[in-house]
Amino acid sequence: MSVAVHGDAVAAAANYIFPNDLHVHWSLMIVLYPYITGLVAGAFIVSSLYHVFHIKALKPVARFSLLFALAFLICATWPLLNHLGHPERAMSMMLTPNPTSAMAGFGYIYTAYFIVLVLEILFIFRPTVVALGQKATGFMKMLYSVLAIGSDNVSERALKLDQKIIAFLAAIGIPMACVLHGYVGFIFGGIKANPLWATPLMPLIFLLSACVSGIAGIIVTYIFLMKISGRKIDVDCVQTLIKFLWGFFILDFVFEMLEIFSHFYMATHHWHTLEALYSGPLFTSFWVAQVGVFSVIPFFVLMAMSLIKFKDSLLLFIAPIVSVMILIQVLLMRWNVVVGGQLMSKSERGATTFHPMWFEKEGILPAILIMIAPVVILWIIGKVLPFWMDDDGVETA
Amino acid sequence: MIDIEKEIQKDRRAFIKNVLSGTIAGSLLMVIPAGAALDGAIPEQIPGVRGDHSPFLKNQFVFIVDVTACIGCGSCCVADKNEYNVPDGNYRTWVERYVIDDHDEVFVDCPNGGLDGYTKPRTDIPYPVRDTFFVPKLCNMCQKPSCVQVCPVGATYRTEDGFILVDKKRCVGCGYCIQACPYSARYLNPVTKTADKCTWCYHRVREGLLPTCVNVCPVHARKFGDLNDKNSEVYKLLREPHVISVLKPGMGNQPALHYLGLRREVV
Repeated sequence: MSVAVHGDAVAAAANYIFPNDLHVHWSLMIVLYPYITGLVAGAFIVSSLYHVFHIKALKPVARFSLLFALAFLICATWPLLNHLGHPERAMSMMLTPNPTSAMAGFGYIYTAYFIVLVLEILFIFRPTVVALGQKATGFMKMLYSVLAIGSDNVSERALKLDQKIIAFLAAIGIPMACVLHGYVGFIFGGIKANPLWATPLMPLIFLLSACVSGIAGIIVTYIFLMKISGRKIDVDCVQTLIKFLWGFFILDFVFEMLEIFSHFYMATHHWHTLEALYSGPLFTSFWVAQVGVFSVIPFFVLMAMSLIKFKDSLLLFIAPIVSVMILIQVLLMRWNVVVGGQLMSKSERGATTFHPMWFEKEGILPAILIMIAPVVILWIIGKVLPFWMDDDGVETA
Repeated sequence: MIDIEKEIQKDRRAFIKNVLSGTIAGSLLMVIPAGAALDGAIPEQIPGVRGDHSPFLKNQFVFIVDVTACIGCGSCCVADKNEYNVPDGNYRTWVERYVIDDHDEVFVDCPNGGLDGYTKPRTDIPYPVRDTFFVPKLCNMCQKPSCVQVCPVGATYRTEDGFILVDKKRCVGCGYCIQACPYSARYLNPVTKTADKCTWCYHRVREGLLPTCVNVCPVHARKFGDLNDKNSEVYKLLREPHVISVLKPGMGNQPALHYLGLRREVV
């Protein structure tokens, strides 16, 4: 018997999982939850880059990003409700919260953010809504009148006031988006019993990956929607989005690697467990997929796209591909954190396995349906609030 | 005997009547639920608790597991499963078997949570075994419980007398407490869809009875008692210079579950 084989035999015989750790409790649904809220936060940041930081190139997607954020925010609670053993008691978290629980804050943060987002959308779209309302009839006229918050005053003075309110909402929206997703990171980062989660870097990594996924999501949907509707794509806008994507991704990827490196360098007894996890059950999904394929390749592609002037057609060909890769990277990151963290037993001596089924309550099919839902909602929103229309009700481009 | 025969001959009917009424009365006593009557029937195991109907007891309960005594019979696990009808595959308590070979490699297993008892030795140990022992596990009843901290609705709470309990009528079944418990003492009950775990048999303790696992342990490896009672075994064990530790002290949870003769290999 060779040494390696013997070592494997010892490792297999020594694999011990606490009896209650065999089952992975936080399933695909809890992978989707930070993924969806991340898309929301990231899309909002794109909008704020235009509305607060006046990055003019992002004007074409500034409004669309808000609607994109809203569509996903509406669905953010769905995976959670599907996961709860007693969803009918979900409101207890807001009515009788436990103040020491990190989770109890979600309802408040979610609601507050929802209100700010909806208000910002209503104010930004008000002139458009008024213009559309004048042309509409029947039910749509009534709907537009409600959406115009009961005011069809689009005088210069009224619009100036609107602009002030929009700037204020966008400004408080940024820290709120950061809180929303940094907080989601803290839900994991605050669990000391799990060495993969328990790091102060976790909220930061979640926030940065949120920005990254949101920008990538906007690039993909913007190019796709323009293509299928035969509109002209604003290349400058895509180029600017790519630059921001690269910038946020540098930070995101560096911090993800720093987090592992810190564990490795400090080499506490936790590293013993983490090392076994990263070299074992997570080797493919983390090192090969998340880091190797979907981080390193997009990293260099984005760098090239940001530093070298590509032909427009090439840029518009690569941009959605690299953005989809980034979206997969973030999804893999959520998987590796949420599921990966639960694979290792608190016995510090072994790891369990997790294979989601297609048709179980929290399985692959419900996950796909929940990810399709925001797209459908976005389509419905688009029927009421046009994505690509300026204040006078005229289609841009 | 002659007296009885005389008696029977004297009034056979009266005798039959007596036997019958005695039987009926006895049967009735068994059928009628008589909690108060049972109190007297089962001797009090924890002094001074029975009859105390205040919301919280004044006692300071601790649990001590004697690692050097446990024989891995699994009686405690069986008793526990029966007491709470624990669904298969979930464990309020379990017994781990540690085997250390002469290359200092540690092997741990816990088939079916130790419910079947350890009747056969392990055959997959590559080198001669130098040491082996059993470690029963259960809720640590932390003084600073992570599960209580993270529960979003306060369904998991710590009573003033130190028990961590779950209100299954409030629990939303989010599983956050399961993630937070450093000892993996919790599970999601597939029947009630709520978090569940060992309660140190709170309902028995309130009646002055020992937890059921303590009650059945044939070698007295599980000990339960009141630290305020200076005559209690647990008081003496924790006060005297014994080798006593808790699990994962670095977590800072300050468990009320102590281990006598705990080995460094145990996590």
